[in-house]
This record gives sequence, C-alpha cells and structure tokens, in this order.
Amino acid sequence: MAKTPAKPATTPAISLRNAVWLTVAFALVAAPHAARLPPWLVVLAGALCLWRVYLARTRLEMPARWLLIAIVAASGAAIFLHYRTLFGRDAGVALLVLMLSLKLLETRTQRDGMILAFIGYFLVITNFFYTQSIPTALYLLACVWFITAAMINLQHADEPKGLRGPLLTSAVMLAQSVPLMVVFFVLFPRVQGPLWGMPSDAFAGVTGLSDNMRPGTINKLVFSDEVALRAEFAGKIPLPNRLYWRGPVLPDFDGQTWTGSLGGLYNNIGMPRRGDPVRYTVTIEPHNRRWLFALDIPSIIPPRAAITGEYLLLSNTPVTSRMRYTVESQLEYAIGSDGANVMQRRALRLPPGYNRRTLALGRELRERHGGAPDVNEAITNAALALFREQKLEYTLEPPLLGRDSVDDFLFNTRQGFCEHFSSAFVVLMRAAGVPARVVTGYLGGEYNPLGNYLIVRQSDAHAWTEVWMEKRGWVRVDPTNSVSPARADGGLAAAIPEGAALQRGLFTSKNPLLHRLALTWDSVANGWNQTVLSYNLESQRALLYRAGLDGDALRTLAALLIGATVLVTAILALIALTHRKRSREPALAAYQQFCDKMAKAGIARGDAEGPLDFAARVATARPEFASAAHEITQLYVSLRYQGEQNNINKNNNLKQLQQHIQALPA
Amino acid sequence: MTKIEQVTQQVSGIILGKQQQIRLALACLVARGHLLIEDVPGVGKTTLAHALAASLGLNFHRIQFTSDLLPADVLGVAVYNGDRSKFEFHPGPIFSQVVLADEINRATPKAQSALLEAMEEHQVTIEGETRRLPDPFFVIATQNPSHQIGTFPLPESQLDRFLMRIELGYPGPEAERALLRGENRRDLLERIQPCMQPAELLALQRESQQVHVSDALLDYVQALISHTRRSADYVSGLSPRAGLALAQAARAWALLDARKHVVPEDVQAVLPGVVGHRLSPTGVAREAAATSKDIAARLIASVAIP
Repeated sequence: MAKTPAKPATTPAISLRNAVWLTVAFALVAAPHAARLPPWLVVLAGALCLWRVYLARTRLEMPARWLLIAIVAASGAAIFLHYRTLFGRDAGVALLVLMLSLKLLETRTQRDGMILAFIGYFLVITNFFYTQSIPTALYLLACVWFITAAMINLQHADEPKGLRGPLLTSAVMLAQSVPLMVVFFVLFPRVQGPLWGMPSDAFAGVTGLSDNMRPGTINKLVFSDEVALRAEFAGKIPLPNRLYWRGPVLPDFDGQTWTGSLGGLYNNIGMPRRGDPVRYTVTIEPHNRRWLFALDIPSIIPPRAAITGEYLLLSNTPVTSRMRYTVESQLEYAIGSDGANVMQRRALRLPPGYNRRTLALGRELRERHGGAPDVNEAITNAALALFREQKLEYTLEPPLLGRDSVDDFLFNTRQGFCEHFSSAFVVLMRAAGVPARVVTGYLGGEYNPLGNYLIVRQSDAHAWTEVWMEKRGWVRVDPTNSVSPARADGGLAAAIPEGAALQRGLFTSKNPLLHRLALTWDSVANGWNQTVLSYNLESQRALLYRAGLDGDALRTLAALLIGATVLVTAILALIALTHRKRSREPALAAYQQFCDKMAKAGIARGDAEGPLDFAARVATARPEFASAAHEITQLYVSLRYQGEQNNINKNNNLKQLQQHIQALPA
Repeated sequence: MTKIEQVTQQVSGIILGKQQQIRLALACLVARGHLLIEDVPGVGKTTLAHALAASLGLNFHRIQFTSDLLPADVLGVAVYNGDRSKFEFHPGPIFSQVVLADEINRATPKAQSALLEAMEEHQVTIEGETRRLPDPFFVIATQNPSHQIGTFPLPESQLDRFLMRIELGYPGPEAERALLRGENRRDLLERIQPCMQPAELLALQRESQQVHVSDALLDYVQALISHTRRSADYVSGLSPRAGLALAQAARAWALLDARKHVVPEDVQAVLPGVVGHRLSPTGVAREAAATSKDIAARLIASVAIP
C-alpha cells in the first residue's frame, strides 16, 4: 500500500466482506461470457478472482502496479492476437472482462468498490449482445440484484449484516424501480435500429440458409434445432406439403456449387389472382442476410422490402435483428408463363465436361419424349419416374461424391439428401433441354397449438426445383418428395430411417410430455419476442395511437415521459408522506397532524425541532394558537416521553390530544 | 424557587451573562460528571469553579498545573513521621469535593493522568493503599486553547472522561459593562452563602438517575450517534461512552427544568457540551463548524427527531 498515495478519510478501505461480494458479483456477471471467451482468458480471470479473495482473507498487500501493468500488456496483446483486433463485440467484451478482473486487484477503498460495481452493471449489458432470451434476462436480473446488494453492503461497511439483509433491500429497491422501468420501456423514444451501432462482428456464427448450395450445405443445417421463423396465419394453416418457404433461387451451376444472383428488384410484380391468398405474419430470426421467407409465391410485398424477378422477398437491410412482417401468398400460381426470356436461357446452361452419363441420359429422355404434346412436362414426369426406379435413398449421411457429383449420385452411391436430389434433377432436366433451377428454403414447420403459430426450424431447410413448362410457367417439382413422400407430409423426422443420427433435443423428443413442454416453452419465448423484444418505433406508435395520441411522435413521447415521471414521482412521494403520517404510534400521528395544521398556518416544524421549542415558536409567531399549542405539546410530550408507568391516564390523554387537534382550524 | 435555581441565580450574579454555561456546568455536576472549561485566560473560568463550589457548600481545592507538577503534588504523599516511627499519608489537594485543575494542559501527561485516573475511579491508590475520594467528587479542569505555547494537549481518550466541555467566551457588551461597573469578583466570592448541603446535592444526583428516558427519546439519541458514525463529516463517530454521557447529561438537564422525563430539547441543549470535545469534523466540515456550538448545531440540523 505504501506505493499508493494515501486516500482521503472519506473513502475507507474496503472490507473483506465487500471484496468478496464484489468478486462474486463480477464472477456471476462474467460467467455467461465464459463459453465465448478464449479459454486462457477464462482461466486468467478466474485466477485473478481467487487471488483477490485470497488477498482479502490474508490481508496481504495488493500486487504492485508494475505487475498489473505487465499483465494488462501481455493479455491485451494476447487478445489482439486472438481476435486480430481490439475493437468489435468479441474483442471488446474480452478486454472488458480482463480489465474488470484486474480492477479487482486494484480495489482498495470503498470508492474503488463503487466503480467496480458500476462497471459490473455495464458488463451485464454486454451479455445482451449475444442473446436476449428469457433465461438470459432472468439470469442478468439476478446479477443486477446481486450487484445492487453488493453496493448496499458498500454503503454500510460498518454494520455487519448477513446475506439476507442486503439482498432483501436490493430486491425492494429493484421492485421500486419497476414502475419507472415500465414507463421508460413503453414511452422512451424508440430509435430505429439499435441505439448505437452493433459491432460488425456481432452476427458471426448465426445459422441460416446461405446464398449457394453444394452437397452438404443444407445437410449441415438439419442438425440445428434453432428457430428460423415463426408464422401466425390469419386463417387456416395450409397443408404441410404446401408449406414451401421460398428462399434464394439458384440457377447457376459450376459442376460443384449452385449459385444465384439477385438481379433486378421490383416493388411490384404482376400477379394474376387465382383463388384466395393466404395471409400470415412472419417473425424471422436474424440470419444476417437480406432475404425474407414467404410461402410460394408472395403476392404482396411488406414495407421496406422488395421482390426479385425470381419471387424472392428482399429486405432493404440485412436481417440483423428479429423482424416481423405480414405477407400474402398465392398458393395457386403461374409465374413466368409469358414466353421465353433470359431466365429460361440461364436455366439451361450446364458446365461443359461434367457428368457425362447424366448428360447422355438427358439426351435419351429428350429423344424418347420429344414428340409429346407438352414436351417439358413429359420429360419431367419421365425423369421423376426414373428417380423412383433408380431406388435412390434419402439419408442424412450421404457418402462423399467425386468430381462428377451428379453421375456419382445417380449411378454409384444412390444415397443423398435434398440437395443431391434437386441438384441431380436440375442437371438431368437441363441435359434434356428443359429449363430448370434449384430453389432453397424451408419446407413445412411444426404447429404449436399453444400459441397457434407455426415454428419453422433450421432443420426444416430444404432444396427443391422449378421446371419451366409451356403455358404453366415455372412449376415447382420436388424430386425429394417423389422418392420420399414422407418428407413433405411429415417433416424430416418422418422421412429418415429409424436410428439415424438426428440430435435428440427436446423438440425432436418422442416423449409426448417433453415435447409438449418444449412447445409451451417456445410459445412463451415467442410471446417474449413479440411483445418485449420487437417493441419498436412502429409498435410504440401503434400503442400511442390506440391510446388516442397522435401527431409528432417524439414530442408526444417526451411530454408523456416527463408527465409519467412526474406522476410516478408524485405517487411515490405521496406514499412516502402518507406512510410517515400513518405512524404506528397514535400520539406521534396526532402530533404530525398538529404540525401539518401549523404548517398550513405558516409555521412549519423543522425535522430537528423539538416539540417544546416548536410550541414556543408558535406562541411567539401566532399568539392566538399559543394556548392550544401549549396544551397539545404538553399532552404529546407526556404521551411520548413520559413513559407508560408514569402516565396513568394515557388513553385519556391521547383522546384529549386528538380533540385539541381536531378543534384547531384546518 | 428550588435550591438548584438559587444556585444558578447566585452564580449568575457573579459570572455575568453566562446563564447557559452555568446551567450546563450544573447539569454536568448533577449528572456526576466532570467538567472541562476551555477558553483563553481571564474570562472567568476559575471564578466559575469557585462560585459553583461555594454555592453548593462543597469544599474546594485548587491545583495549579505546571510543567513541573508531579503526581504526588496532586494525590498526596506518605511522609515518615519520626515521632511515631511510621509513614503518614498527607492527602493531596485531590481529596476535596470540588477540585479545580487549573490549566490542566500545562502539566506533563504523567501528572495529567494521575488526575484523570482519580476522576474515573473516584479513588486513588498510593503506597498500595486504596483511598476513596469524597462524595460528591467533582473536577473542574480549565485549559487554554491548545494552540497556545507550552501546552500538552489532552489525548482523545482523556478528553472522553470529561462529561462536558464548555467554552465561556467573552461576555456580551451589556454584561461586560455591568462587570466593569460592579464590585470586585473576589469580594463577591467571599460573600457567597451556600444554597444547599452536600447531602442535598447527592439526593439530586440520585434523582437525576430516575428521570425517565422513553423509547422515542432513545431512538433520537441513537439516531444522533449513528449519524456521527456514518457521516463523512467526522473523523470518527461517537463512542458508546459518549452516548451514555449524552443520556446522562440530558437527564440532568431535564431535572434542572423540573421535569421527570427527557425531551429532545434536553438532548439538544446538552449536545454542545457533550459532543464538542468528542467529535472532530473533517475537511470541509471543519471550516463550517469551528466551535462546539457549531458542531452541535450541525449535528442537530442533520438528524430528524423520530
């Protein structure tokens, strides 16, 4: 300690108890980060925490400043090497955790403790960069509770209390702040997008469909239980085999990978109406891409979005936070039926020198069915029949394919997943001169009866094809379905053979009770998403509009916020004041009434003014009250200070006191 | 008029314009505490001690503390008597009902502690023999402000043994004029008639113990004490002994007001005397609260009466 300048007496040294509380609070807040930080940093932070507790217990000196600086420099460099930057979400959080654990070793006085507690609050917020689910919120609430208790402890360093005291006070304080929190949540002007820009690396590692497809891309997704989107339907939910959630369309093939480009964007695309459209609201999870999923084929476009020539909905900005949009889809449709265009020519291109056997098979199909009235339809049907004859097998663990992937799949391995099927089918179609393309997206979804919505997971990812036919335009053909019809009707779990290596999470659990539990949980989480997390400027406006408020939203909000704050403060003040009035001691309560009456008459009693002094002051200031004040004060003093055994007619005195006070003019 | 009021009146006739301090001194006496008077020379510290002792009919000794004063000069000494072939104890000036320890901070700590121990124990031990001091036993010590040259300031632990410390201060203009016009104080002192017997004072002291302190009042005393412990305005808070002193002094004050119970005003009235020498304000507060009165006023203002 000799090396640090003496702190002023106002910030006494921190006690063992407080040091331990703060260390535990820090450990609790940092714990969820542990899985996301480099392991060495977790070990280092843990060691620093233990060291701090050890120092507090043994009352040894804090480490020298040069040592701390050395640790900062070394670990800072290590963090830089690990993340290749010191900025952004991950490196920032790593630095914060490092600094905070080192700050523990600098925490000598109560003032340092306060600083630590405040940085702790900040560290709480950083957890929300990663997840905003209900368990996280609850856990962090508990952390805030604990930090607040630690701060309360800091304020009462001299009064040793158990665990319960501070925790109880902290809980009461948090409960008291709830009304204000609600008011601010509802009325604080919402900013479009986050208040400050999220670090650019914040969305790394989100799962979802990518903009290309090669054998294995979708296969990878099916093991994920993560939710891709949830949809609430205005009317009846269509049959499972019509729930094709349209994603990126991939017309280009280089022999291995299917790719696409977005092409022109339209705000409106001609759509002849056939039958009733399906109307539904989608809540999409962030996937860091621009596309929005809609059932084949979207017929209206949600705000701040556009549509491509391939009927893919595109948001104006990448979906980096949960988004909600309402769309309509036309399940009976005909698109691209108006003659040949660029898209059809693009849908015939094949890379030269690949998949010779398939090319030959295509040519053969063309020769055999060239004379049919609708050539394309005849070839499609023949190809589907061929797929069935080939005894192709639908599996989650397809064998690796060689250079000529389609030949390999169709004639050698004969085992594949939807991407193999669609890829092979499109190549075969193109070989036969029929325009065809791959479409990716999701198929089906699970109905949650508790919330009356559909859950579509990453495991529902699917790839199918579209074939161009005369008069009918682009027609959806799902080759996977023709081989394994269960896939479209009953979902993935029904399509794969028993015992396949599908992760058995709660959602895929065969136990009906567990499954129901999972559905309930999802419904709660969905409610949280819909009401709390997606409360944005629009929902705020809508809410205000429903409350009859309109016009300049910001000004209205500011006025409401100020008004509500004043109101809440006034209510709390009123409670505090009336609480004081309703004292348990009747004599004190009566005397308080007397003081209030005097205050109205212009003579307010000071908090530290004794009753006799006050009576004397009243007598000089307002002689007309002198005798009454004297009587009242005598009675009050005798009741409050004389003691029970010395005051035989206590009840009588109290009655007299109350009568005297009643007699005073209000 | 009660006898104690007569005492007040008589002493007030000699120390002019210091009613409050005289009452505090009497309250201190009734509460069986010792009194420290701190002020510059010549404001009537010694005269007050004299007048009090004479009015109460107590015998009185004065010890002038100097830097070469020895404990034996205070307590007494055993001298060999050749005629009777044994040591005989010659009691020192401390064996009297009122001891005026004049300029206590001019003596060395050794001599100071001899007095202070006697104050605490009400007995002295010399040559292995314990001798009780008379009852009532009351020490009035005076001291010069410690910034004066040639003083040994009393440490906090010793200061704590004085129930109260009062500051006399200069008289007001009217009192000063009356003082200048009036008789010689010495002559006045000699003419003082005792107003009460020592036994009556002892009875009064016992009576003060009986004054009722209600729970509501204890709440207030505790609030005051815990405020000094928690607030950053003070170097250290009031000790439990200070709390006891406060309650005791407030009782005595209530008795002087002819009440059988303590009210918050009593606590506030004795507060300057009781906490002035026990609390030292820190930093900024020190400038705002230079005297005992200021310290007490600040403390009173910052604690609400429950």
